[in-house]
Amino acid sequence: MILLWFIVILLAGGVGAWIAARWSANAARWVALAAVSLDFVLAIQLWISSLGQFDLFRRAVWIRELDVPWVPQLGIHFHLAMDGLSLLMVVLTMFLGILSVLASWREITEGVGFFHWNLMWILAGITSVFVAIDLFLFYFAWELMLIPMYFLIAIWGHGNRTYAALKFFLFTQISGLLMLVSILALAFLHQRATGVFSFQYETLLGTGIAPSTALWIMLGFFVAFAVKMPVFPFHPWLPDAHTEAPTAGSVILAGLMLKTGAYGLIRFVMPLFPDAARQFAPVALALGVVGILYGALLAFGQTDLKRLVAYTSVSHLGFVLVGIFSWNELALQGAVVTMIAHGVSTGGLFVLVGALQERIHTREMARMGGLWATIPRLSGAAMVFALASLGLPGLADFVGEVLVLLGAWENHRLVAVLATVGILAATLYALRFIQRAFHGPNIHQWQLPDLHFREAAVVGSMIAVLLWLGLYPRPVLDTFAPTSERLRQTNMYVRR
Amino acid sequence: MTATDFSAILPMILIAAASVAVMLAVAVRRHHAVSAAITLLGLALAFAALWPASAVVPRQVTALLLVDRFALFFTGLVIAGTLAVAVLTWSYLSRRQGDHDEMYILLLVSALGAVVLTSASHFASFFLGLELLSVPLYVMIAYLHARKQSVEAALKYMILAGAASAFLLFGMALVYAEMGTLAFAHIAGRLAGSAQGGSLVLLPALALILVGIGFKLAVVPFHMWTPDVYEGAPAPVTAFIATVSKCAVFALMLRLFEGTGAGELPQVSALFDILAIASMVAGNVLALLQRNVKRLLAYSSIAHLGYILVAFQVGGDFGMNAVAFYFVAYFVTLLGAFGIVGALAGPGRDADQIDDYRGLFWRRPLIAGVFTAMLLSLAGIPLTAGFLAKFYVVAAGASTALWLLILTLVVTSGVGVYYYLRVIVALYATETAAGPMPAVPTGAGVVLGVLTAALLFLGVYPGPLLDVIRATVRF
Repeated sequence: MILLWFIVILLAGGVGAWIAARWSANAARWVALAAVSLDFVLAIQLWISSLGQFDLFRRAVWIRELDVPWVPQLGIHFHLAMDGLSLLMVVLTMFLGILSVLASWREITEGVGFFHWNLMWILAGITSVFVAIDLFLFYFAWELMLIPMYFLIAIWGHGNRTYAALKFFLFTQISGLLMLVSILALAFLHQRATGVFSFQYETLLGTGIAPSTALWIMLGFFVAFAVKMPVFPFHPWLPDAHTEAPTAGSVILAGLMLKTGAYGLIRFVMPLFPDAARQFAPVALALGVVGILYGALLAFGQTDLKRLVAYTSVSHLGFVLVGIFSWNELALQGAVVTMIAHGVSTGGLFVLVGALQERIHTREMARMGGLWATIPRLSGAAMVFALASLGLPGLADFVGEVLVLLGAWENHRLVAVLATVGILAATLYALRFIQRAFHGPNIHQWQLPDLHFREAAVVGSMIAVLLWLGLYPRPVLDTFAPTSERLRQTNMYVRR
Repeated sequence: MTATDFSAILPMILIAAASVAVMLAVAVRRHHAVSAAITLLGLALAFAALWPASAVVPRQVTALLLVDRFALFFTGLVIAGTLAVAVLTWSYLSRRQGDHDEMYILLLVSALGAVVLTSASHFASFFLGLELLSVPLYVMIAYLHARKQSVEAALKYMILAGAASAFLLFGMALVYAEMGTLAFAHIAGRLAGSAQGGSLVLLPALALILVGIGFKLAVVPFHMWTPDVYEGAPAPVTAFIATVSKCAVFALMLRLFEGTGAGELPQVSALFDILAIASMVAGNVLALLQRNVKRLLAYSSIAHLGYILVAFQVGGDFGMNAVAFYFVAYFVTLLGAFGIVGALAGPGRDADQIDDYRGLFWRRPLIAGVFTAMLLSLAGIPLTAGFLAKFYVVAAGASTALWLLILTLVVTSGVGVYYYLRVIVALYATETAAGPMPAVPTGAGVVLGVLTAALLFLGVYPGPLLDVIRATVRF
């Protein structure tokens, strides 16, 4: 039941914020903040209360589950369930949700009610994606999170927002339809084999499909997830969408929406099509490595800060893809840690770039330089996130990427070597960013207000999370362990 | 004819009686509200008459009409659609000078033709129903005859409809020459009896009949009239043509081709494949170029008929159920969309340019929200009826492995999202359109509210409707 509450609170919060905006803009902001904070508290409470339950050999897979028939005529259930992986993602969703409400506090001044409605409904859609395990419901939620995101970019975005929003929508919509066809094909093949027509995850696991067919069906899922992640060459929507979106939109896109793609690979592609996915792994690994290097290279060439951060996402998500398809437990753990670490560190960078843009009304690096002198706190925070992004030990990204590399090294030496070059490239773009924006002489004579309390709280809490995960990632790994164990059984992983 | 026969065709009788009643009322005294009220009452009674009728089905009433559950389902859909159109017409005409009462007579007669088509089991009643449906439409399209484009649209429709009827009649003549009877049931017997299926006469006959049907459904390549007529006709009449007229003809096509097995002949089936693919591709691609909302919706409805043909090609109970569900969603959505175009119409012209809607959300959030819901439903986005309808069609197609059709559907409806979003972009643009914007009339407002509620209900909880469709839509 708590799973339903997560979603309902957000949906209601959105409607509430829209209504509250009739009285005052601040009321809308507070309502949205209250709703997502309540969800955050509930999620943390659930995590703490179930910490003891992540026993590797527990029989029950799900921590919480809710299953109600929805359209029984078509075998569709409203089936939500949460395991460790979903829990981690939901906690991340609520954490970044709070931060994105706070980050838009002063940035959004027009249509505040509708803005927060969109924000809350995106979060509700993402939460549903992370807990839906009826494939129809999953697809439903997958599509549902698009529309509010589209509005968020198209209405409150910058410059070329209409184009960016359209591109985002079309890429995800068409790839989503391919996934729908795959879902249906899977359901009908299952029906042909067993006589049961169902979209239930547990039922469809272990459907015997001819290898050639399985590859095609898996590709339908893979393309949908690859567009979201985004995997090279499905990434062209990402730089535009990230750059033109308002801060909250960028944070949610990078921090959460990209993760739905990676989550989908772990939750659906691997267990549903173990053989086909394994057969496909070399291609996926190659795409991952190309993404790592290509993203880093392009990030190095950008002068627009948001575009720079956007391309680093392509690079980091390349690590996630390599981690998933390296086919061992270590790399997979690395992928999950990277998902969370990237959400926080990139989210932090977008918050800071947004704060900077509010102050100097540009994102061009050439218009900056020497900012450390006038805004030391903002600059220092930016350096922490940049260092996290380049994989400095002690911060979260390091843990994830090193685990991925160690895992990849066991099965695919060349991939690990090339991915390491990617980390090197990350050092270049991150340091260049810090050097050009914050160091050197203050040639444009900027005199700016530094981070104020609300911004400092947002950034500070993100840094704290990065440090925590960098120094003591154990709780995350423990929480993920049962899911990983289950994958090991279906996908015949090597344990260490 | 017995009393049971009469209760089976009670809906038709009531609609016919309502049209006569309006005529008599006009003879006594012209009054817009009275004419509209009689029309609505007649339609409501006809809808209520579905229950007594459903107690006696299936029943062959004379050689011409077969009233069964299938017929009653589509009769109900047609009457409900006409009811919505009648209210929209009332709101639309109230704002305009001139004599309005004849519109209701024409609307009722046309609806009667549509109801006859849903139960026709004989080529004579097929032709009778079709002409009963079409002839009033010529006048309805040109009803606001002060507008040049209305008259042009009506002429175009009349000439092309005449040509299509000629094809149809020739096809029927060939069927008669081959079989010596005009009842559909005999085609089924004939096809089942012969080893190689269709003969050299029957196949061309079916193809000619398909031309006539294709014209009414506005599927490519028989779609040429659609954008002009949609643009020229008053918005409520456009809604009627797009929904009721197409649905009735489609119901007849199901009975003629699916019920008799003629649709499974390989040659005929190939024809349907071509029609479906051409409609999906041409409809969606041509819609990309439109700046006029009515023309855009015209091309979009061509594409939607292509999707429905995919479900038709699946055949069997699954395919027919998908067709029926799609039609319900299509009715709700298109009636809503054209309802908005009509409700925001100024005295001179309908609000049919995309630019008319620029920034509507910031001036009229409610009506813009309703329009957004309709457009998202057309695009097939979750929470709306259009999503589940498309899902049902894709599911039906996947169940019989029609991969080519499914792939075309997926790719073209991806293209389709683009032009629906163009309208949505305009709705939420920050700069607003110039000029005054009329208030939404109460009647149209109520209809739009009901349609939006139905749209969301079907999108979230389609169970009850699916039960009805499963129980009724099969032979």
